[in-house]
Amino acid sequence: MKQLMLGNQAFARGLYEAGVEVVSSYPGTPSTEVTEEAAKYDEIYCEWAPNEKVAMEVAYGACLAGKRSFCGMKHVGLNVAADPLFTIAYTGVNAGMVICVADDPGMHSSQNEQDSRHYAIAAKVPMLEPADSAEALEYTKMAYELSEKYDTPVILRMCTRIAHSQSVVEPGERLVPERKPYEKNIAKYVMMPANAKKRHPFVEQRTKDLTAFAETCDCNRVEMGDTAIGIITSSTSYQYAKEVFGDNASILKLGMIHPLPVEKILDFAAKVDKLIIIEELDGIIETHCKALGLEVTGKDVLPSIDEFSQSLIAEKLGMKPKEGCQKIENLPNRPPVMCAGCPHRGMFYTLAKNKCTVLGDIGCYTLGAVAPLNAMEMTACMGASISSIHGFNKALGEESEGKTVAVIGDSTFMHSGMTGLANIAYNQSNSTVVILDNSITGMTGHQQNPTTGYNIKGDPAGKIDLEALCRAMGFNRVVVVDPYDLKECDRVVKEELAAKEPSVIISRRPCALLKYVKAKPALKVDKDKCKGCKACMKLGCPALCFKDGKATVDATLCVGCGVCQQLCAFDALKDGGK
Amino acid sequence: MTTNVMIVGVGGQGSLLASKLLGHVLLSQGYDVKVSEVHGMSQRGGSVVTYVRFGDKVYSPIIDKGEADYIISFETLEAARYMEYLKPGGKVIVNTQEIDPMPVITGAVEYPQNLVSKMEQAGASVDAMDALGMAVQAGSSKATNIVLMGRFSKYFKDVEESAWLTSLEACVPAKFLDLNRKAFALGRV
Repeated sequence: MKQLMLGNQAFARGLYEAGVEVVSSYPGTPSTEVTEEAAKYDEIYCEWAPNEKVAMEVAYGACLAGKRSFCGMKHVGLNVAADPLFTIAYTGVNAGMVICVADDPGMHSSQNEQDSRHYAIAAKVPMLEPADSAEALEYTKMAYELSEKYDTPVILRMCTRIAHSQSVVEPGERLVPERKPYEKNIAKYVMMPANAKKRHPFVEQRTKDLTAFAETCDCNRVEMGDTAIGIITSSTSYQYAKEVFGDNASILKLGMIHPLPVEKILDFAAKVDKLIIIEELDGIIETHCKALGLEVTGKDVLPSIDEFSQSLIAEKLGMKPKEGCQKIENLPNRPPVMCAGCPHRGMFYTLAKNKCTVLGDIGCYTLGAVAPLNAMEMTACMGASISSIHGFNKALGEESEGKTVAVIGDSTFMHSGMTGLANIAYNQSNSTVVILDNSITGMTGHQQNPTTGYNIKGDPAGKIDLEALCRAMGFNRVVVVDPYDLKECDRVVKEELAAKEPSVIISRRPCALLKYVKAKPALKVDKDKCKGCKACMKLGCPALCFKDGKATVDATLCVGCGVCQQLCAFDALKDGGK
Repeated sequence: MTTNVMIVGVGGQGSLLASKLLGHVLLSQGYDVKVSEVHGMSQRGGSVVTYVRFGDKVYSPIIDKGEADYIISFETLEAARYMEYLKPGGKVIVNTQEIDPMPVITGAVEYPQNLVSKMEQAGASVDAMDALGMAVQAGSSKATNIVLMGRFSKYFKDVEESAWLTSLEACVPAKFLDLNRKAFALGRV
């Protein structure tokens, strides 16, 4: 029966239908739902791994053992998992192994705009790229066939607009292939120099074989229309091109974007007068075409920055944009903010008040960098807060030690923070690390992690004790504080910054959006007592606004956390009764 | 011919259920449908947009400037933000609730006034309604999304009311069905 499915959901359906039995991933927008949806099938073992490198190695182990396996991640996650990828490319697989990487052109929820296609080229593994949900399902199944036939991991590249768009899908049946027994094969699986040297020629030959496949496969299809313009494209760019040109151009739609075909492209080019390459981010198809000696229009007119749309393509190719209603000028922006009741807010308020230099990390709490708190000065990648505070303090010594902190979430700490913390313990910098423990992976939509005590299905699981872990690494000063208690936060931050040895502050309170966290009634403002001093407004809480010279509480947003009450010198913010 | 509906609001207001209902009912009527959502960081109280496109065959998952036939907005400022996306004379269904964005909360700027008349001046046909109030009347402020969809169903006549109600049943948990039916009916008036 036809149904609407998110690209990611269709991908998960593909995993189910392909008979996948083991899934290990780390959440990351826009890839998260592939694994969340796969976890809804009882036939598939699914887990959240602490990071993408672990996830990929878990999937690798499972495919060696003879079961089809999968790992999913966002584009920057593949940086973390690049190490296993480049060598698994040499060993090949036993049962099929597929990797999802989801790029984020336009950076809806990412720290950079890297193009993951470079990884397929660099690691010499095939990469498929669907253009809608139906293709996400179909290509996932095809990826396992390719993986087993060509003895290679296969990457399926998603992008935000495919991953997070629903389109029509017709689901099929699950077919579990017969298990391929694991066989000891040192020459294939132990990549020490002598063996790896023998595997590299296999990898080069495999790319040649896959190129031959790319020439004839159905997923690289030609749609002939008017031959004045020929377009080579893939993914969501294909949809925009169809929207703009319809049948007024011929299109070579690439479903396999590495390795790229040669003859198919030359044939297509010969049939059209002018060749245009439409691809988001880097000019990878374009570079390939130019190497074939073709004259193309591509990145000379279309940007390498941001995502595309139908009107962007039309406009850049010289067509007139559509006219809408008149734009209303000077409207205030609405940037994302920490939610009302967010446990991170109290800690950031404290750090800002103490004029700390805050080296940050990746998660909801990156929003500590925005107005009015402006309480974060660096965010680069998962775990960088802890590693770089060590470098910062080694460089500046006492000048920075007493006022610099690293902040990192619980999930991010498990992902890449522990190794940085080991470095502080080992090479001894007087650094202060704040673990913002909201008991969940928040930004990606509430995934469990090794500190929460629950697995992906919400069942009880192992639980790592953060305090014991930090102490075991050699930290003598490990303090837990409730970020809703501003006085205590202030005392602890001052004390740990003053201490002459490294310390960890665990700022612990569950995310206010978690279902088990019960909101208190919204606060009420005693308008007679409110002097309009705006002390409460310094928190940047979306539930507080300032109307007619007085603080006002938005009762639909306020969860009664009480942090603002602690800033009111006039007792104007009252507990809300039933 | 493709019809384009933008559902806009503030992260956390419930636009995902609205687009789920709309997608479901359109698919049941035999349309090709694409629904494009935003997940992740923008959901944290930021400006959020969902695109719903339907017709015989839909290619692009997104709606561009000058293409929207309808804008359904959970919040006044958010409706005004997307005027360029609306076709001249296109319909705006807007909940009159106002939620201050951070630049207003910090006092850097004021919440803009007279937005409904500004939208009309910009070329939109505006239906401003207290959808939040109607949702509360139906039993929960969380049903604002369904009130708005009820109002949309009144303007979009190609789908019968019975089809909407069937889809509503498929999209909301059984224990909230009565509440949501009430919300839909109040919106459709």
